[in-house]
Amino acid sequence: MKPLRQMSSKILVLHQDNIDTDQIVPARFLTTTSRQGLGEVAFADWRFDSAGRSRPECPLNAPDFSERNILVAGENFGCGSSREHAVWALMQFGFWVVISSRLADIFRANALKNGLLAIEVDEPTHGWLLAHPEARVEIDVTRSTLRLPDDRAVEFALDPFARHCLLEGVDALGHLLDQQALISAFEHRRQEAA
Amino acid sequence: MSQTLFDKLWNAHIVRPETEESPALLYVDLHLIHEVTSPQAFAELAQRGLGVRRPDLTVATMDHSTPTWAADLQGQRRYGSEQAWEQVRTLMENCDRHGIALHDWDSPNRGVVHVMAPELGLTRPGMTIVCGDSHTSTHGAFGTLAFGIGSSEVTHVLATQCLLQRKPKTMRITVDGRLGPGVSAKDLVLHVIGAVGVHAGTGHVIEFAGSAIRALDMEGRMTVCNMAIEAGARAGLIAPDQTTIDWLRGRMHCPEGAAFDRAAAEWLSLASDADASFDREFHFVAEEIAPTITYGTHPGMVVAIDQPVPPATDEGAARALEYMQVTPGQPLLGRPVDVVFLGSCTNSRLGDLRAAADILRGRKVAAGVRMLVVPGSEQVRTAAEAEGLDRVFTAAGAEWHESGCSMCIAMNGDRVGPGQTAVSTSNRNFEGRQGPGSRTFLASPATAAACAVNGCISDPRYLDRPVVQPPELAIHFPSPRQMEARA
Repeated sequence: MKPLRQMSSKILVLHQDNIDTDQIVPARFLTTTSRQGLGEVAFADWRFDSAGRSRPECPLNAPDFSERNILVAGENFGCGSSREHAVWALMQFGFWVVISSRLADIFRANALKNGLLAIEVDEPTHGWLLAHPEARVEIDVTRSTLRLPDDRAVEFALDPFARHCLLEGVDALGHLLDQQALISAFEHRRQEAA
Repeated sequence: MSQTLFDKLWNAHIVRPETEESPALLYVDLHLIHEVTSPQAFAELAQRGLGVRRPDLTVATMDHSTPTWAADLQGQRRYGSEQAWEQVRTLMENCDRHGIALHDWDSPNRGVVHVMAPELGLTRPGMTIVCGDSHTSTHGAFGTLAFGIGSSEVTHVLATQCLLQRKPKTMRITVDGRLGPGVSAKDLVLHVIGAVGVHAGTGHVIEFAGSAIRALDMEGRMTVCNMAIEAGARAGLIAPDQTTIDWLRGRMHCPEGAAFDRAAAEWLSLASDADASFDREFHFVAEEIAPTITYGTHPGMVVAIDQPVPPATDEGAARALEYMQVTPGQPLLGRPVDVVFLGSCTNSRLGDLRAAADILRGRKVAAGVRMLVVPGSEQVRTAAEAEGLDRVFTAAGAEWHESGCSMCIAMNGDRVGPGQTAVSTSNRNFEGRQGPGSRTFLASPATAAACAVNGCISDPRYLDRPVVQPPELAIHFPSPRQMEARA
């Protein structure tokens, strides 16, 4: 996992509520056994028509999409399936941060385990971002702040453990493996009680 | 201090409590795996030189990418793609390598993960169960804390049998009264999601309670908990009662004899305390629930089947109506249907097949309609065949398949075509969910069967009057605010 401390980028706005994980990665691409190769199928049915031609009206096909590393999406982003492929696809497409007014639980958990900063901001900030698709913003993970172009800093909630993982670029598995003695003791206690 | 059922389940599985700095360490009693979300997790284990901590608490099945047509005379099965076969083979190899029980082609217990595990008695009250699949909420019907996880968390559970979790909030949804004729658990849960919204449950575990929930059989309760995730909640719960105990007795992995009775007594003690409080509460009246169907592109866009399409309240809804080719103010009844799918972890159990067969018996699937019946497991298939349901379906002109997820997620080649209208007993009506360009209307098994017979969206209560709207049955959806006010 790559660390994420600070970043500045133009945003990419998908002004739609309830964008589900079937939109982010359609299920027909889930027969893969790899985490790789998903960036090219991210939002496949939004970016391409049924003949495979690029849809110019799709914001994800903007000529400067690769410079837009912060995705701003409508409410309830990432709802639906638990597929982590959605997170891998977004990261491989070039996103480091996803901002919404509300994120689906499983998507958010998956994102933070991969170093994709998935955050919720208050409704006025969310509304402002949706209305300014050309804005450039700054993210500071250490301070949990989002800085808007007018220099206003908006705080966002971030679990301290997730922040630690993001800043250090470590995933949670190492921490879990360090708890083996506790886990064995728990198993032992339960066996005694049975 | 009084506790909710959720609190009791949570507390019993805490290896290390949560602190400001770190989440709780939650122990997992059963880890269910399948071919789609596990290969990357096993690869991660291999890369780190790790093994599976508790293969004895891990059970695998194959369901998403598997073909549902029977094998040919040479025993060959036609996969949707080379990659699908590769994915199933990878699961077989991983299970073999790590000593994990896999219900593969030869197992009479193979099936959709959320159908086969309860059937085998692997799902029991008081447990924690996880699976790399969002519909793991299904198992909550047994008073089990069960939720879907991503592949990274699958790796965590394989390696440590634990997950790092923050304690979610609680919500109770109480449904009192009696469901009317032709109204099922599916209609109930669609109605509830329509009223509370698709993200009401985000950050919460939902306990379903009330006399209408108590009156449901275990299959109906599984249907309700299955769709908790469609209201945003990772887990749904129903407290165990005598219905639960009776259903579990004699199942393969349940204790036997006196040991079962001891277990049952413990299971019956799993309930929210009378004075337990919930972070949010909603109340519903069962008599107000009609056969319910979705008309948009998320499971909260629902309407009583005999009512017109509601107006679009925002741009997103307008886009959904455009995609679905439905018009506000116009009835859904009578809209021509191309495909009917009876299956999925929501509605593919024996009771679901019986409800549909009752309507199809002696009738025909309308000309031009393709109807697929895909039982949830090989056990369901065998039981259905033993009572002749397969012959009811095939005589009506429907296709009878082997078990699998099939057209719910359309990964195995069973797809709805672009622009086609499907009435489906599954759980998601997202754009393209059942195939690129597909238009999905979610409904109960009885409604799906009625639609198949009439070739158009139909009310199962008035099978012979497909396009007549009985005005005396007008149902108006109260707003979430009104619902919460009642609580």
